[in-house]
Amino acid sequence: MTTEEIKEKSIKYRIKILACIKQANAGHTGGSLSCIDILNVLYNRILDVTPENFDSRNRNHYIQSKGHSVEALYVVLADKGFFPESDLNTYCRHGSHYVGHPTRQVKGIEHNTGALGHGLSFCTGLALGGKMDGRNDKVYTLLGDGELAEGSNWEALLSAAHYKLDNLIAIIDYNKLQITGWTKDVCATDPLEEKFSAFGCSVQHVDGHDVEALTKVLQRVPFAREQPSVIIAHTIKGKGVSFMENNHAWHHHVPTDAEYAVAMQELNQALIEVRRC
Amino acid sequence: MKQKVTSIMNQLELGKANLTVFADTLIDLAKTDKNIVVVTSDSRGSGKLTSFAEQFPDQMVDVGIAEQNLVGVAAGLAAAGKKVFAVSPACFLTARAFEQIKNDVCYSNHPVKLIGISAGVSYGALGSTHHSLHDFAALRALNNMSIIAPADNFETRASIICAAAMKTPVYIRLGKRAIEHVHETDAVFEIGKAITICDGGDVAFIATGETVVQALLAAQLLGRQGVSCRVVSMHTIKPLDIEALVHAARECKAIMTVEEHLVHGGLGEACAAHLLQAGIALPCKIVGIRDEYTFTGTQLDIFKNYGMTAAGLADAAVRLVKQE
Ligand SMILES: [Mg+2]
Repeated sequence: MTTEEIKEKSIKYRIKILACIKQANAGHTGGSLSCIDILNVLYNRILDVTPENFDSRNRNHYIQSKGHSVEALYVVLADKGFFPESDLNTYCRHGSHYVGHPTRQVKGIEHNTGALGHGLSFCTGLALGGKMDGRNDKVYTLLGDGELAEGSNWEALLSAAHYKLDNLIAIIDYNKLQITGWTKDVCATDPLEEKFSAFGCSVQHVDGHDVEALTKVLQRVPFAREQPSVIIAHTIKGKGVSFMENNHAWHHHVPTDAEYAVAMQELNQALIEVRRC
Repeated sequence: MKQKVTSIMNQLELGKANLTVFADTLIDLAKTDKNIVVVTSDSRGSGKLTSFAEQFPDQMVDVGIAEQNLVGVAAGLAAAGKKVFAVSPACFLTARAFEQIKNDVCYSNHPVKLIGISAGVSYGALGSTHHSLHDFAALRALNNMSIIAPADNFETRASIICAAAMKTPVYIRLGKRAIEHVHETDAVFEIGKAITICDGGDVAFIATGETVVQALLAAQLLGRQGVSCRVVSMHTIKPLDIEALVHAARECKAIMTVEEHLVHGGLGEACAAHLLQAGIALPCKIVGIRDEYTFTGTQLDIFKNYGMTAAGLADAAVRLVKQE
């Protein structure tokens, strides 16, 4: 897939995320817009996880530890053909499997998340199991920077480093915000690179909205033999809609009709521009 | 859950610690199954797993003193196709890692076998930090979870063999001291099927785990006084064998439940709830640890203090039948 096609997908995904949240009148808007470029590159260029190979163990794995950004995941999974896009019209509705955090009831999802600080331990076990059986698959997980306050993450890193899991890749959606405000004001999780390095991981930074840079860094893992890789993806919460960017109020705010109209206008304009390039 | 294992023990002879039998059984299973994996939290010594670790170093994972990570890693290994036994003291495993058990194991339905070692008041005078008197109550509240408290060496070996084949989560809690055999040589074990050890019509003891031997001894004391007792080993707390419970309630004059657990939320309340919903009313007593600052001593000292040894159970049974 060309870079232009990937860039176009990012904007289309954003449009679908907002449509999904708007029709459900629920969702985690800011975080989904923050991580969607990462998911776009993972699913369209890196993972090679498809509905056809999903039931096999011999494939790569993606576990979304920051489960609340589930709209981003649903939109990408629908695009990859795991389920019909129309299923998302049931998002958060009576009796739907498409609930507000990932569950295995939805095809394409292999672990239930939503309580923070669980993904890394699970991925450590998954990566270790793959190594035990001599498989070459990689295990990717996405964490929020606010989520890093959960101590269980650091327990997981201890064992991931101890067992030399260079098939484990943790991506931090480093948007520097959480529900209350700036992470540095709530309870700082910085400095991240020093912490991950001290825990035995090899660390790279990337612009989490630059799909080419994301592709390059994800193609280079593991960064060091016998070490887990950590990618600190510098992102903007609410990215792509001017008034949602860097504003923690959009953590799980649903746009009003007027806000939705402006957001769609901005995103459609961006779509025209990316097609013009 | 249908796997059946038959006893080869002799009743009331002193056996090994259930923990030791658990570790020996795992070694037997691992000899023919490379997918058996043990995960511990610096607990291989207390879990009697040193020999397993020496024989199968590639099937042994230690996460250090980190119970939350223990359970999360175990869930990931299970998802990778391993038959995972997550082994840690019951007190820490079921409290510290409760959210991992709830979400990563039960809600996600990964078939982890959680082994709570030195459970109940096995740690005796080490105090309440080391007791697990909440684990039945806590784990009964989780969808997908099966809960087993083996009474003796036979039930322990059988439950481990059955657990290895299970495709859903299971919690097995094991005691620390050498325990008497409670079954005759022809006993058969199946998860969810209680074992009636002896039959009688006055009092039915529905007991679980290491209290079963006390109930059996109480039944023998009572037999000499002309009180006829049934003893049921309700090794599986969830799913509860309702059929065996209802039979006992219909065929006996009174029911006493016995468990090494707080009187709240465990076997006793599970039985009481089912009997009430079945419309069966009879004299009934829930025997367990009272809701208070727990008495200090060995496991048997604590049993004695709470009327959970043979003599205490026999006294309470007589009072219950006489409706005192
Ligand atoms: Mg954040």
